Amino acid sequence: MSKPARAVGIEITGVNLSYGATHVLKDVALSIRPGEFFAFLGPSGCGKTTLLRLIAGFAQAQTGKVLLDGQDVAPLPPWKRDVGMVFQSYALWPHMTVAKNVAFGLEERRLPRREIDRRVAEALDLVGLSAFAERRPAQLSGGQQQRVAVARTIAIEPKVLLLDEPLSNLDAKMRVSVRRELRSLQQRLGLTTIFVTHDQEEANTICDRIAVMDAGTVQQVGTPMELYENPANLFVANFLGSANILDERAGVPIPAGKRLVFRPQHAALTSPEGAPLRGPVTHREFLGATVRYAVRIGESEVLIETPFQSGNEMRSVGDQVGVDLPPRRMLFLPA
Amino acid sequence: MRGQYLLALAIALFLGVFLIVPVATVVYVAFTEKGGGGLTLVNFLDFGRTDLFVRSFWNSVYVSAMTVVWASVLALPLAYLTTRFEFRGAMLVQTLGFLPLIMPPFVGAVAMQLLFGRNGSVNLLLDEWFDFKIGFMEGLNGVIFLQAIHYFPFILVNLSAALRNIDRSMEEAAQNLGSHGLRLFRRIALPLALPGYIAGASLVFVKVFDDVATPLLLNVKEMLAPQAYLRITSIGIDDPMGYVISVVLILVAVATMWATALVMKGKDYATTQRGGGGLARRKLRPREQALAYAVVFFILALVLAPHVGLVLLSFATVWSFSPLPDGYTLAHYTRVLGDSSVYIKNTLLYAGLAATIDVVIGGAIAYLVLRTRLRGRQWLDWAASTALAVPGVVLGIGYLRAFYGVNLPDGTPLATLWIVIVLAIAIRRLPYALRAAYAALQQISISLEEAAENLGATKARTVRRVVIPLMTGGLLAGFVTSFATAAVELSAVLILVQSNSDAPLAYGLYVLMQTPAGRGAGAALGVIAVLIVAVCMWLSQLAADRSQRARGLDI
Ligand SMILES: Nc1ncnc2c1ncn2[C@@H]1O[C@H](COP(=O)(O)OP(=O)(O)O)[C@@H](O)[C@H]1O
Ligand SMILES: [Mg+2]
Repeated sequence: MSKPARAVGIEITGVNLSYGATHVLKDVALSIRPGEFFAFLGPSGCGKTTLLRLIAGFAQAQTGKVLLDGQDVAPLPPWKRDVGMVFQSYALWPHMTVAKNVAFGLEERRLPRREIDRRVAEALDLVGLSAFAERRPAQLSGGQQQRVAVARTIAIEPKVLLLDEPLSNLDAKMRVSVRRELRSLQQRLGLTTIFVTHDQEEANTICDRIAVMDAGTVQQVGTPMELYENPANLFVANFLGSANILDERAGVPIPAGKRLVFRPQHAALTSPEGAPLRGPVTHREFLGATVRYAVRIGESEVLIETPFQSGNEMRSVGDQVGVDLPPRRMLFLPA
Repeated sequence: MRGQYLLALAIALFLGVFLIVPVATVVYVAFTEKGGGGLTLVNFLDFGRTDLFVRSFWNSVYVSAMTVVWASVLALPLAYLTTRFEFRGAMLVQTLGFLPLIMPPFVGAVAMQLLFGRNGSVNLLLDEWFDFKIGFMEGLNGVIFLQAIHYFPFILVNLSAALRNIDRSMEEAAQNLGSHGLRLFRRIALPLALPGYIAGASLVFVKVFDDVATPLLLNVKEMLAPQAYLRITSIGIDDPMGYVISVVLILVAVATMWATALVMKGKDYATTQRGGGGLARRKLRPREQALAYAVVFFILALVLAPHVGLVLLSFATVWSFSPLPDGYTLAHYTRVLGDSSVYIKNTLLYAGLAATIDVVIGGAIAYLVLRTRLRGRQWLDWAASTALAVPGVVLGIGYLRAFYGVNLPDGTPLATLWIVIVLAIAIRRLPYALRAAYAALQQISISLEEAAENLGATKARTVRRVVIPLMTGGLLAGFVTSFATAAVELSAVLILVQSNSDAPLAYGLYVLMQTPAGRGAGAALGVIAVLIVAVCMWLSQLAADRSQRARGLDI
């Protein structure tokens, strides 16, 4: 466990999966590199859990393949896949102590007792819970339970690690520290990991690459920065940070069938004279480091965030303003 | 406020006189010297020194434990099959759950002897075809066999409910870590369902331990509950041994419940889970399917055997030393519906009265506990619930002893009146009616009552115009269940019946079954009892459904 195992890549091609009449996964294709920390990011109900369960063997696709390390896993039942999954509810067994929970997978593999004890101790040590080995899951906090679930999974040294919204049952403060722990653990183990979340901040902060999903399709795959800077479509632009979207009625030239997209902090307010984008301020929010203005342009409303420094000129609601947008910050995305 | 107070007082008085005093009397007599001396442990020493009693005690422990074992052997595969596989026979298995409620084990005892006894149908056929016999019904085996067949559904129902409530991710996590099949079932599902299993198992243990009539009808006398009965009826109500045995019976029941609570402590896994679904059920392969059906039909045949035997016996002219009766007749039914019809009349009267008492008192206690702030109201609940730990035979002995000295103005002892039988039955069934009343009241939002009071209704009028109408469905279901189980109550009745004209059906059946000549008529009474109970069960289901629809809970 201490020495990084040989990392394994995951290849998903042409997957379609339906439950009865609901088409849950549509033509999903993904390539996850060995040792990568990969995220499935998308709104609730878009099929992230289903895709994860497909990899773990708990769901069957009608078409397509899942390759682990180049091998088709279709004929393997869940218990032969060596794919470690941490469930959203953690699924710790209440009738076993923490140590017993962690030992379970090793016992199923019929390892010698001494080897089991050693690896349980190692796994608990890795997540910092050695002192809690004899407790029951019910006697642990949410964060501790989550770490037991992780320890239980990595103890079997799985080929890949699947995490289904592992932070969703934690309070906001815990989330930040636990996600850092997860990241450093993954780095130490060098384990190919898929992290499912609906929270873009979580995905951005710890993942190498992200697959943004919507309604059962993969919208775009890339590093957090690529996705932010170059979203492939309006959904991605909107889902990762806030984006202003304008159509041809805004008063600037926009190619047919496209929309103008820009980030609130990439524009500045100017005087309305001569500005191609202009309108009245409809709203103002003071956020501390920045001030956020809402400006009506034609039928739409855009948000502009300007840095706040004392002494800066403030606009008031009703003021006519112009929006200054450098051309290199303009994105034209398919409608 | 004063009304509530008086109501609580009246209930306390009732429970005191008809539950606490009789039981306390039994305990007191067990600890006093024969002939009214001082307090002593001598009786218990006598008990320990009497081989017969010690043997009976261990026999009872053995029979109860083995019943639990065999009932589990029958229940486990069925529970596993119905909760983990897509299996068409599952419905069939679930309906088995109601059979023991329809017919208590003593009813089918003699019929089972004719089917499985040394010279019963099965052994006659085995002997003819394969030249050997199986001692299903020999001695204690017979009691175990009969009780296991009757009570395994208690374990089945509890166990399958518990299995179904296991969060599906609990088992998926185990699969993910490399476990599957029976091993997964043993390591994850079964331990998580353990509380449900234990609840069922301890219930079965206590029921078997307290049963008087089944062993006696199988001619097994060396068990503890039958000994209590025999002691009192053959030696008399002054002999302390019956009372000592009674105390032992109570202690065993209490100890079992206490041990159950202890084992269950910290094991209420249901609350820590989201519940729902269990694993996706697997389809059975054709060979597995055939095996599964074979198991189900084998068990189904066993479960139905007492019923089938009873029906055969009720129509048989003569049935002995042959696999099937020699001929068939309606004579037993004409006899039972003719001169023995007093049994049926008494049963309807007693069960009806007892169920009414239960629903009224149960409803009142539920109201006082859930809706008032009366001090000590919880005690009423506890007092009523202690009836669960009092075996029927003990209650019967207690009534006999406590009320024998009490004479009516015309000189007849209170204990010989038929109304005493009704009261004993009512006390025995009260805990069940109480649970039903709680359930019914808990479903009514308290704001409905507050709205009525806000509009100017007094407490009493609110109860009458809002609470009772809304509780009707639940109370009706409670009434019917109480009625059905009261109709076949025997252990308390056995001691209290003084003359045949006051006897209910269960008693008549017991007496008739004692002689070969009476068996046919006894079986006919049994069939009638089963029909009464079955109709009641169906009605209670109907009442529960209707009240649910009335409240708009059904879509
Ligand atoms: N077993 C199932 N049967 C039917 N529909 C399902 C099942 N599992 C998931 N779905 C549907 O598939 C869609 C995707 O679900 P899921 O993968 O859980 O989404 P996510 O994890 O992204 O929130 C949802 O619309 C859900 O209702
Ligand atoms: Mg999900």
